[in-house]
Amino acid sequence: MSVDANLAATAAQAPADKAGKLKMSGNGVNVFYGDKQALFDVDLNIYKNQVISLIGPSGCGKSTFLRCLNRMNDTIDVCKVTGKIVLDEQDIYDKNIDVVELRARVGMVFQKPNPFPKSIYENVAYGPRIHGMTRSKDELDDLVTSSLRRAGLWEEVKDRLDQPGTGLSGGQQQRLCIARAIATQPEVLLMDEPCSALDPIATAIIEELIDELRANFTIVIVTHSMQQAARVSQKTAFFHLGKLIEEGPTDQIFTNPINKKTQDYITGRIG
Amino acid sequence: MATPDNEHIVTSYEDELTSLTRAISEMGGMVEVAITNATQALIRVDHELAKQTANGDKRVDDMQRLIDEQAVSMIARRQPMAGDLRHIVSAIHVANDLERIGDIAKNLSRRTLHIDSQRVSKQLYNGVRHMSDLSLQQVKRALDAFTARDSKIAIDVCRRDDEVDSLYISLFREFLTYMMEDPRNITDCTHLLFCAKNLERAGDHATNIAEAAYYLETGGNLYNDIESGKVSLG
Repeated sequence: MSVDANLAATAAQAPADKAGKLKMSGNGVNVFYGDKQALFDVDLNIYKNQVISLIGPSGCGKSTFLRCLNRMNDTIDVCKVTGKIVLDEQDIYDKNIDVVELRARVGMVFQKPNPFPKSIYENVAYGPRIHGMTRSKDELDDLVTSSLRRAGLWEEVKDRLDQPGTGLSGGQQQRLCIARAIATQPEVLLMDEPCSALDPIATAIIEELIDELRANFTIVIVTHSMQQAARVSQKTAFFHLGKLIEEGPTDQIFTNPINKKTQDYITGRIG
Repeated sequence: MATPDNEHIVTSYEDELTSLTRAISEMGGMVEVAITNATQALIRVDHELAKQTANGDKRVDDMQRLIDEQAVSMIARRQPMAGDLRHIVSAIHVANDLERIGDIAKNLSRRTLHIDSQRVSKQLYNGVRHMSDLSLQQVKRALDAFTARDSKIAIDVCRRDDEVDSLYISLFREFLTYMMEDPRNITDCTHLLFCAKNLERAGDHATNIAEAAYYLETGGNLYNDIESGKVSLG
């Protein structure tokens, strides 16, 4: 199938009213850690209600790019970002932007599950509470319940909400972190290798969840598993040595990539 | 176009892909010999060679099973991507088409066993021989396209399929004339007509192989690309 036909097919699969709307975009993004340049002139569009996978060998800049999307790189002193990153037509590096509010709109799930050393309930309630999202205990309870439900964890924890989140299994902890991330009702969800510490069953549950979450969120996922990228995403972007080499519909990238570097990486010829 | 001239980091994966291509070449060789022998047996009314050829088809079937098993095992163990995925999937397709060409050789041979002697004109047998040469040439070129990953040869094979079809149509008319001339020719002419039709089908399988070769190199569908004007048979 030609690239255009693939694009048309991908567009046809997504709901018409939501698909094709630009949610975030990077234009000429450069990132420096001190003198070392980690990203070179990256242009990438992220569309609403789509999952986009960022793939590439270790140190290629995919996580760096992901962290630019909610300004997580601000926490690193020597890190400098140039270029423009836009969320709903708003430059997120503009000096008037409230970074705390930005991170509520662009949530993040990390590689290792990192629940707070608090109860399961408090893990999820923490974000909505500090952002003042609910007016009463009942409302907060509802939000915690619905977040845990959407993360596919409710049935497993509903009888022990007061127990520590750290007591759950790895896969459950990761779903707790996802529940925590979606409790603040973000618009974009960033996931940095969310399944790399999980067994195949827990991975399958998270992947199923990603597919369900796509209806309400825009998801950017960094993964080292080609198969995972192929399974969960509609678009895939391949990074190599800090540059965006190729991006396109996932089907095309994994069956017929245009760039030779992409082909070599996904078939296991360069590391 | 992305072609894999770098080797895999996992060398055994590389070896398996090479072995798959080698198996296809070997199977292609078996099928070419089978068609050549089946045609020879028909023209010389050589029942012994016909029997040998018909019995030899089992080896072709076994080879296809082997290639299938190898391909399925690689998909399960390696989770192939991009060019490798196309390599394995097209190998399955090509092996399937080669198996069908093998069946055609078997059919020709079995039909030969029903012919006692050349009652009709030598010229008619020559027509079938010509048909066989042309189809065999198509099969060889299609296999070349596959092993060399050469989409130009693949396009050329599809272009030439018309020649095979035209030859079949002209043979068909010739056989009809002979049958109308003398009803005693009907039995032999019918056998030969079926042989010609079978060989025309072998040509169709050659174009299928060429399509697989085109897909292997470009990732595209040859007929879609012709329809969209991306490729011209000119």
